[in-house]
Amino acid sequence: MSRPVAVRRIKTVSLNGTAVLVALVTLFPIAWMISTAFKPSQEIFSLTPHLTPGHPTLGNFREVISGQASGIGSVWLFFRNSLAVTLATVLVASLVSLLASVAVARFRFRFRASVLIMLLIVQMIPGQALIIALFLDFNKLGLLENLLGLILVYAAQALPVSIWMLRNFVATVPRELEEAAAIDGAKAPTIFWRILFPLVAPGLVATSIFSFITAYNEFIVALTFLGQAHSTYTLPIYVTYFFNRGGAQWGPIMAASTMYTIPVVLFFLIVRRRLVTGLTAGAVKG
Amino acid sequence: MAEYAWRRERPLRGTTPRGTSLAAFIRRHKLAPYLLLAPGLAGIALVLLWPLVQVGMYAFQNYGLPQITGAEPTQWVGLGNFSTTFADSEFWLSLRTTVLFAAVVVPLTLITGTLVGLLLHRLGKKMAAFVSTAALLAWATPPVAASVLFYWLFNPDGGLVDWTLSKLPNWLVGNTDWAGFNWTTSGALPVYTVMTLLVVWQSFPFIAVTVLAGLKTVPAELYEAARVDGATPFRVFWRITYPLLKPIFLVLLLLSVIWDFNVFAQSYVLTGFPGNRDEFNLSLYIYDKAFQFPPSYGLGGALALIFTLILLVVTVGYVRASVRQGLLR
Repeated sequence: MSRPVAVRRIKTVSLNGTAVLVALVTLFPIAWMISTAFKPSQEIFSLTPHLTPGHPTLGNFREVISGQASGIGSVWLFFRNSLAVTLATVLVASLVSLLASVAVARFRFRFRASVLIMLLIVQMIPGQALIIALFLDFNKLGLLENLLGLILVYAAQALPVSIWMLRNFVATVPRELEEAAAIDGAKAPTIFWRILFPLVAPGLVATSIFSFITAYNEFIVALTFLGQAHSTYTLPIYVTYFFNRGGAQWGPIMAASTMYTIPVVLFFLIVRRRLVTGLTAGAVKG
Repeated sequence: MAEYAWRRERPLRGTTPRGTSLAAFIRRHKLAPYLLLAPGLAGIALVLLWPLVQVGMYAFQNYGLPQITGAEPTQWVGLGNFSTTFADSEFWLSLRTTVLFAAVVVPLTLITGTLVGLLLHRLGKKMAAFVSTAALLAWATPPVAASVLFYWLFNPDGGLVDWTLSKLPNWLVGNTDWAGFNWTTSGALPVYTVMTLLVVWQSFPFIAVTVLAGLKTVPAELYEAARVDGATPFRVFWRITYPLLKPIFLVLLLLSVIWDFNVFAQSYVLTGFPGNRDEFNLSLYIYDKAFQFPPSYGLGGALALIFTLILLVVTVGYVRASVRQGLLR
C-alpha cells in the first residue's frame, strides 16, 4: 500500500521541482535586468557580481528621467511617443478590422475566399522587404520623422491578423439577435453599434493585444522613418540609440529597458485570460 | 408604450428620399460587404501590397546613389541586380547564417515549448500559474529590451556569463579563457549562440501556451485508457498527443520558420550593426545594401524579392495547412 503512494510522491516532487527550475531559469534574465537597474555603478562592474543590489539606488532611473544619460531627452518623452503611436494603432486597427470582419463573417460574396487567402499571405510579408518602398513613399508624403506615418504603417500591418481573428468572434454572435432587431425596425448602424459591437467586445480585446504588441515593439520601420529626429523616437529606437552611444552605461540602460518592459507586462497580466485566444486564434483555431 | 412610439417614429425618419435610395441601392447591388471591406483593403493595398510591387520594380532598375540625388535617370537593367547579388560571397554567407540559425532555433523552440506545455498540463493549479506567469514575462519583454539585456549578460566587461564560465572548471567549459571573451564581435558562431538563447527564451512561451490550449481539447479518457494499458509517457505522446495535435504543430512549425527567418531587431542590436559584416544575416545584409552608404534601392529591391520568395514557399505551406483545417469557412 505504501509503495504506490511513495512512487506518486516522488513523481509529484520531481514534477514540481522541474516546474520551479523552469520558472526560475525563465525569470532569471528579467531579474538580472531589474537588479542591474537598481545597482550603483561600482556594484555593476564589481569583480564578483551579486544577484541583488547591495546598496539599491534610484540613481539610474533619475539619470534616465533627467535625460542626462542618453543625451537626447527624458525617457518620458519616448514613453509618450510610444504610447501615442500604440494607442492610435490599436484604435484604428480595431475599428477598421471590425468593419471588414463583419463583411467576411456575415456576408457571402464573390471574392470572399480570395480575400481570406490574401489576408493569410499578406501577413507573412516581412517588414525588411517593404521598408525601401515605404521609406520612399512616406518621404514623398512628408510623413517621415513623425508619428502619424508610423501609425498608418502599423495599423495597416495589424489589419490582416486582426480581421482574421475578429471574424471568428463575429461569427459566434447569433444572427437571430440581429434579425430580431431588424424586424423591430432597427437600421444597420443601430444593429452594428447596439448589438454586434457589445457582443464582439471581448474579441476586440483579444485583437487589440496583437495590434498593441505590433506597434509597441516595432523596430525596422521606426528605425528607418525616424532617422535623426530624436524627439520623435519611440521607446525601442530610444533604447537602441542609448545602447549604441556606448560608454557602458549599463545601469541607466537597464533602467530604461525595465521601464520599456513594464507596460507590456502589465497589459499581458490584465488581458491574461484572453492572451491565448488573442495571440493563438490568429494562428490556430481553438 | 415607449416601444410603440419608437416604432412609429422609425419609418417617418427613414422616408427622407436620399437615405432610402442610397440604402436601397446598396441592398440592390449587394454592396454592403464591399463597403465594409473597403477601408481595410485600402490600407492593406497601400501599405503592404503596393510597396511590394514597387520593390519588385526597383529590383530590375539601377536605382542607386546617382539616381537618388537625381544626377542620372533610373534605367531598367534586367537581371543585373540579381547577378551582382549572386556574385557576392557576403550574400551567400548571410543566407547560410540565416538558414542555419532557423534550422537550429526552430526545432529548439518547438521542443522546449512543447515540453513546457506538457509540463503545464500536468501541474497543479498554483504551480501552473507560477510557471506560466514566468513564461508570460519572458514573452512580454520587448525584443529590443531583451536584446540589450542579453548583450549585457554576455558582455566581456562585467557580464555575468563570462564571469560564471571563468569560475567553472576547465573540464566542463573547455580551455578557452572565458574571462573577457567577446561573444558579439568574435564571428558568427558566438553571437548566434547568444541569439539562439535569446530567441528560444522569448518564443517558447507562445508554443507552450498554444500546445497547452491544444492539450486541453484532448479527451481525458484517452490518457486514462493509455495509463491502464501501462503505456510509457513517451509512447503516450507519440501515439495520442502528437497525432491529435498534428495540425497545431504544423502551423506552429511554419510560423516559427517565418519568425526565425525574420529576426531583425535582435540581430541589429547583438551584432552592433553595421559593425561586423561577417555576422550579417539576410535581413541585415538587405538593410546594409539598401541604406548604408552608398545606398542602392535596386540591390535592396532584388534582395527583398529573393527574401519574400523564400518566405512565400513557407507561406504557401501555411495557407494550405489552414485551408485543410477548414479555417476558410
